[in-house]
Formats: sequence, structure tokens, C-alpha cells
Amino acid sequence: MRRRRAGSVAASIVAIGLAGVCGPPVLRGQAPAEDNCRVCHAALGDPRLTPPVEAFATDVHSARGLGCADCHGGDPSVAGMEGMDPRKGFVGRPSKRRSIDLCGRCHSDATYMRQFNPSLRVDQVAEYRTSVHGQRLLQRGDTAVAACANCHPAHSIKPAVDPTSSVNPLNVSTTCGACHASAEHMRAYGIPTDQKAKYERSIHWEAMSVRRDLSAPTCNDCHGNHGAAPPGVSSVGNVCGQCHSVQAAYFGGSRHADTFQMIGAPGCATCHNNHEILASQDGMLGVGEGAVCGNCHSPDDPGGVVATALRQAVDTLRWSLDSAAAILTRAERAGMEVSQAQFDLDAVITELVSARAAIHSFALDSVRPIVDEGLAATDTAFVRGRRALADLRFRRTGLAVSVLIILALVAGLSLKIRNLRQARAGVSHGGNHG
Amino acid sequence: MASYGRRWDALYAWLDERLDLTAIGKIAQKKDVPVHRHTIWYYLGGMTLFLFVVQVCTGMLLLIYYRPSADEAYESVQFLMAEVQFGWLVRSIHAWSANLMIFTLFIHLFSVLFMRAYRPPRELTWVTGMGLLGVALAFGFTGYLLPWNELAYFATRVGTEIVGVFPVVGDFLLRVARGGEDVTGATLTRFYAVHVAFLPLLTTAILGLHLYLVQKLGMSVPPRVEREGGPAGRMKFVPDFLMRDLVGWLIALALLAALAAFIPAELGTKADPFAPAPAGIKPEWYFMFMFQTLKYLPAHIMGIEGDVVGILGFGLAGLVVLLLPFLDRRTARGEKSPLVTWLAIAAIVFIIVLTYLGYTMSPTA
Amino acid sequence: MAENQSAPPVASRRRFVDWLLGTSVGGLVAAVVYPAARYVVPPASAESAASSVTLPFSPDDVEPNTGRIFKFGSQPGILVRLASGEFRAFSAKCTHLGCIVQYRADLSQIWCACHNGHFDLNGHNVEGPPPAPLPDFEVNVRGDQIVVSRGA
Repeated sequence: MRRRRAGSVAASIVAIGLAGVCGPPVLRGQAPAEDNCRVCHAALGDPRLTPPVEAFATDVHSARGLGCADCHGGDPSVAGMEGMDPRKGFVGRPSKRRSIDLCGRCHSDATYMRQFNPSLRVDQVAEYRTSVHGQRLLQRGDTAVAACANCHPAHSIKPAVDPTSSVNPLNVSTTCGACHASAEHMRAYGIPTDQKAKYERSIHWEAMSVRRDLSAPTCNDCHGNHGAAPPGVSSVGNVCGQCHSVQAAYFGGSRHADTFQMIGAPGCATCHNNHEILASQDGMLGVGEGAVCGNCHSPDDPGGVVATALRQAVDTLRWSLDSAAAILTRAERAGMEVSQAQFDLDAVITELVSARAAIHSFALDSVRPIVDEGLAATDTAFVRGRRALADLRFRRTGLAVSVLIILALVAGLSLKIRNLRQARAGVSHGGNHG
Repeated sequence: MASYGRRWDALYAWLDERLDLTAIGKIAQKKDVPVHRHTIWYYLGGMTLFLFVVQVCTGMLLLIYYRPSADEAYESVQFLMAEVQFGWLVRSIHAWSANLMIFTLFIHLFSVLFMRAYRPPRELTWVTGMGLLGVALAFGFTGYLLPWNELAYFATRVGTEIVGVFPVVGDFLLRVARGGEDVTGATLTRFYAVHVAFLPLLTTAILGLHLYLVQKLGMSVPPRVEREGGPAGRMKFVPDFLMRDLVGWLIALALLAALAAFIPAELGTKADPFAPAPAGIKPEWYFMFMFQTLKYLPAHIMGIEGDVVGILGFGLAGLVVLLLPFLDRRTARGEKSPLVTWLAIAAIVFIIVLTYLGYTMSPTA
Repeated sequence: MAENQSAPPVASRRRFVDWLLGTSVGGLVAAVVYPAARYVVPPASAESAASSVTLPFSPDDVEPNTGRIFKFGSQPGILVRLASGEFRAFSAKCTHLGCIVQYRADLSQIWCACHNGHFDLNGHNVEGPPPAPLPDFEVNVRGDQIVVSRGA
């Protein structure tokens, strides 16, 4: 073990030394007038040697004026195999272990990187060393783990904002999944390979892929990217709380926070899952069928009682909102003016959403006031709706009056017609009328 | 009572001096209507006219609040239904009266047909009547789009699409009808102009001619009645027939009020040109039978597109009906014409059956 | 006297029919003219609120660095008066889950209580879950009136 350690340390020193000798390329990556590496490799038509050259045209390094030799060393001004000169720093295809130092040679140098993009971080290698991938590679020599080129394809590295980039938020799960969803690859590690599939069923993926909300989390948002490691059981809440701050605040103050820590339950993921986070439903509350509280609580224990009460509170508000909206719609369809009532009712959505967030305090005292406020508003809307429907009676009354008048007129006319007919018949009999 | 009578007489005398009301009065007094067992059908023309007058009045009222632009039309109708006092009543009566008017128009058409009233010398009355039928259907089609709601938008899309099926001139006609390639705000403005200006003017002209002809030529007596020895008697138009007319009109008014109160006009959702068409787009009921027939025609009939055959078929049928007075030689000669009767009955059955199918068949069938 | 016995009943019947006709015609005319007259008189909110709305309060009712919810047609809006005195108006429906937003004077930002979403005074979503900015309205102050309209 010690020997291995020493060996790898020595290798690191040598690698770093070599990297130091070659040094970072000079200011602004002055590409030599003739990049023979590219010319020759492109012309070769070899399935291994030519594709990198073709791909490199799309690479962000190429766009910044860097060339083959800036990473691989050697002398690009010399045509032919002589250019691949170890004395000129040629390293050929670096090993996975070496690639970290190769990339880090520039990307950990703040002074150097400042020329290109002052806001880019320069601690990727340092972070990588803390990651599971980094620790397995650097300490155990496991070359099956990911290193720089596994996530950033070596010759077609694109910035994350580029939609075709392997590290664009939309593509991250595919990039991670290249290894983590492969049963064959992960067999030696004994960890599940269903995370990608689960994630793609989640609401976060739907937000990103369907609603194009790129602020939704993907693998790196919770696990870190260069320092990738699963968050510790106690820090799950912090990670989720980055976005879901209101729920996290409620949860942090609730009795579950300490209890979960004590029993080693993974915070938010206990009820909401870690990868397969589905859209939250009111049905998750309570101790009934499909409700998560019931996984630990029985209906009669104190927690179960609270869960049932919480569910009831939210259900009541939602049902109230729905039925008030329904009666107002009915009135509206009948042609009554209810826009003010509908406007005021819309505000109850705020209460409903707030109540659902307040659930995470697992205390009725936080949820009840919000629900009660909402119920007051729905009650008002209901009253207004019923009043509007009652106004329909006014219309029916108006109709009845109008029809009565018309019928009276019809009766009058019919009588008149009969009179005229009689009068005409009477005239022929010679009678005279006043 | 007596003073009113004197004042009324004085007013009448003043107007008579200037407008010669007495002459008009004499013509009105002379007008009479034959009385026989089919006299009841004589009321239908006047009923249609009454409903048209209701349309004009409610239509003018609607003009006060309606805004004919794609951005504002729907909202203005919504405003009218919700905020304007009795706006719901005016709009609902307008919508129901339109349907009722076309219904009575069809009954009037078929009763005239069965009674052979189109025979000489009343051919022009029939032709102008057909003109009024076309105008009424055009009123219905253009008016339907004006609220700019989802149902109307798609029904207009489908309806104008069918116009484009005409051979040779179809595309041109479609562009003129729509005011462009698609149904847009331009279509709305165009339909509004037609509905509110072009058609009313046309109606005035054709209706004027139609009524003049009815007045000049008098009421026709069905050949059957003539063969049986003529009408039992004659009823004076003023006041007898007119009062019975009024009774019918008042009942129609009561019916409109009831329909408006119990089944007010719907509005639905605002038209969204970019939304996919909802399932089951239907035209108004008076176009339904044609719409459904087109659905049943195969894609190609003897090398010609099925739709084209359908449209031309209906066009031909319309032409035959228009020229009926000139085609029905037997009636002109005074003989019985059972063919016309059977064809008319077949047409009625066809219309009823296809309208029924149009409403009961699921849209995916 | 005996011959006249038949005259009064017929005459009174005739008079009754005439009275009935006259009264019901009058009733019908009233039943038609009354709704038509009410219809023609413009209602309180003179225009359909499709594109512009006059707010039911005056500029002086709104202090600087405060906000107020108003009704734009059937949608909620929020009127914000900046510390400089300028008026701005946005849709008050949070772009996250539709909660009604409010103005936070301590942050000089528009804030949504539901999930802690923050919008700056240009309506841009600057913090929290809202994925999109709040749509803005055009505000015009005409003397004692504030008119909010949908921008061109």
C-alpha cells in the first residue's frame, strides 16, 4: 500500500515537473503559423487520429487560438513525426491520471485564465481531488472513474451555455449517465444505475426539458460537478433549501429536523425521494392510501393525528376554492357579472400555495391561520356567487311579466278579431250598434 | 276620449295633405287574402319579416358596444354581456332571432314550393325570395364570426376552406372571403362590413322588390284549391289578417324572450389562431347538412376530388331550386306536378337526416 | 228601455276589449323601451378593460416606496411607486405558481411570499424559483388619474 502510494506520488511529481517544463502556453495562445499536427492528422484518414482534428474546430480552446501542441506538447512547426518530440514536451495521449495535471496546468492558474475569462473558476482540480471520482483515481488508481475528458470530450469542449455542450444543463444527466446508468460499467461499484431513469421521471427534469426552465436542478446542482459526491444525509436539506428556501426554513424549525438527523433519515429525500422527485400532491399528506406520513406514523399516534389534520386543512381549502370557482363560473356562463368576485377569489391561490409550503413545519399552528384566511375569502366568493345566481330570478321574473303582457295583448287581439267577425256578421243581419 | 279623437283626426288631416295617406289607406283597404285550408301558411312570410325587423333593431343596439377588431371584439362582447344593462338580453335575442328567422324562412320556402306559388306570374317573386335566402345565410355566416370566439373562428376557417374548393376560382374566392390567406383580424373587419353595411343595403333592395311584387300580384291560391272550386272567401288584410299576423308575431316575441332568459347566448373562450383546432368543429345548424354530406363523400369520384363534386352538386341543386318556376313546365301549364312534390319531400328528408347525423355522429367517425 | 238592454253589455264588452288592448300595448311598449333605454345608458365602467384601466385611486394615495394591488380586467396587477416618485406597474401574478406578489419596502423589491421569489423594480426575476420576469404595464398619470395600459 505504502509502495503504491509512494509510486503514485513520484509519478505526480514527474508529471507536474514535465508540465512545469512545458509550462502554460504564452500569452493569448499564439498559434504557430503552421499547425502541422492538424494538417497531417487530418490527411491521414485514420479512424482514431482524424476525428479529433475534425472535432477540434468546434472546441472552445480552438476558438481562443490554442492548438494541439498547447496541450499535447511537441513542435507544430515541424512537419512529420519529428514534431512529436519528447524533448519539445510531447506527451502524446496522456493517461487519465496525467490529464488532470495537464488540464490543471492552465485551469488552476488564475493569472493565466484571467486573460481569457476572468469570471471562470480556477479551483476545478482542487475540487476534483475532494470528489469520489478524484479520490478513487488519485488514491486508488481506479482508471474507470471519470476525469476531465470523460465529461468534457477532449477535443470538442464547449462552454455550458452552448446547447450542444456535454455540460449544458439539458445534457448533464446524459453525460453523467454515460457511466452511472450503465450496469456493466458500475458493476464493480455496487451502486444503483437507475438514477438517470428516475431523474427523467422527476418534476425537475420536466421543468427543464418541457418548460425549458434551465434553472431547474440537474445532477451537478445537488452533487456538485467537479467535487461530485452525494450530499451527506444531514446536508440534504441544505442542498434542497438552496431553491426551496421557504420549505427548508419551515422544516428546519420542525420536530422532524432533529428526529430525522437522529435516525439518519435523509431530510427532504425521506418523503420526496432523491432522484425521482415527483410533483408534490396533496395526496402525499396524511396516513391514507399513497400518503408518505403513513410510512412511519400510524393513524392514532400523535404524529398521525397531526398528519390527518394537516391533510384535512389543505383539502378543505382546496375544495372550497374549487366549489367557489365553480359557482362563479356557473353564474358567469348565465351572463351575470362576477369578474370582481373571481378576481378576489384568485388571491386564494396564494393562500393555498403558502399553506402547502407551511406543511413542512408539521405543526397545525403554522398551517391553520393561512387556511383560515383562505377560507374567509372563499366564503365571500361563495356568497357573491349565490347572489349572482339569485339575480337570475330577476330575469325569470322579468320574463314572466313580459310574457304576461304579451299574452294579455294576444287575448285582447283575439277578442277584437272575434268582435270584428261578429260585427260583420251582425251588419249582414241589419243590426245596429252604438 | 272625444278630444283624443279630434286631435288624432286633425293630425291625420295635416299629414294627409302632405303625404296623401288616404291613397295609401285605400290600397291597404283593398288588399285581401284568400281564405282556404292552406291560409295558415300565408303567415310565414310576415313572420320572417318580423324576425328580420327584430334583428335590425337588436343589431343596431349591439353596434353601440361592439368593437370590430381582433384585439377588442371578444372583450367588447364580454363587456356587453356582463356590464351593460340588459346587454345579455339584446345579444341573446339577436342570436335566437337569427336562428328562428332562418327556420321560418325555410318553412316559408317549402310552403311556397308545395303550394306552387312560384308559378307564373310570380316567377320573379320566387327569384327575389331565393336572393333573400342567400342574403339570410350570408348574414348568419358573417355574423357568427363577430364575437371572435374559439368556436366561431374555427367554424369560419372550415367554412371559408370549403369556398376554396371551387375549381379554377376557388383560391381567389377564398382570399377575397378571408381578406388574406388565413382567417385573421382582416377577415373579421371584412365580415363586419358585409354584415352591417353590404347585406343590409342588399336586403333593402331585394326585400323592397319582393314585397312590391307580393303587393302587386296578390296572394297566390294553390292549384289544388283552385281545382276544388276556389277559396271559401277572402279576408281583408287590414285589420283581420294583420291582427292575426300580430298574434303570431307576439307569440314569437314571447318565445324569443323565454329563450333569451333560459338559454342565453354563449361566448366561450377567445379565438387563438395558434391553438390547435378543438375536436368536433361544427358550423351553424343551417349549414350542417351540407357539411355532413361533404364528410361522407369519398376522396375522389371519377377522378375529381370528392369535395369539389359535393360543392358543385349543391351549387347545381341551388340553381335548380332558383330556376324552378322556369323548369316546372307542368305547373305553368296548370297540370299536376307530383315530381316536384316528391323531390321537395326527398330534399326535406335529406336535410333533416343529415342535420341529425351531423349532431349525433362523433367527430372522429 | 227594453231595446237598449242588449246595447250596454255589448258596448261594455267592446270597451273592455279596447281597454285591454290599449293597456297591454302600453305595457308591451314599456317592456321593450325600458330595457332598451337602460341598455343605451353607458354602465359605470365605461370601457371594456381589454387594454387599459383607470385605477380607482389617485396618485396622491400612493406613497413613495410602496406598492398596491389593482385589478386589470380579470388579472391582478401591482402598482409600485419608487422612492423617486416614479410609477411602475407589473402583473401581480408570480411567474412561479401564480401567487399574488407584494411590495417589500425594506428590500425595494417585489416579493412573493409563497416560495421567496424576488423581482427587481424592472420586474426581472432576481432570486428564488420564479423562472420568468413579471410582465410590465405602461403607467400614465393624467392629473388626478392613474391609467394603466398594456404596452404596445
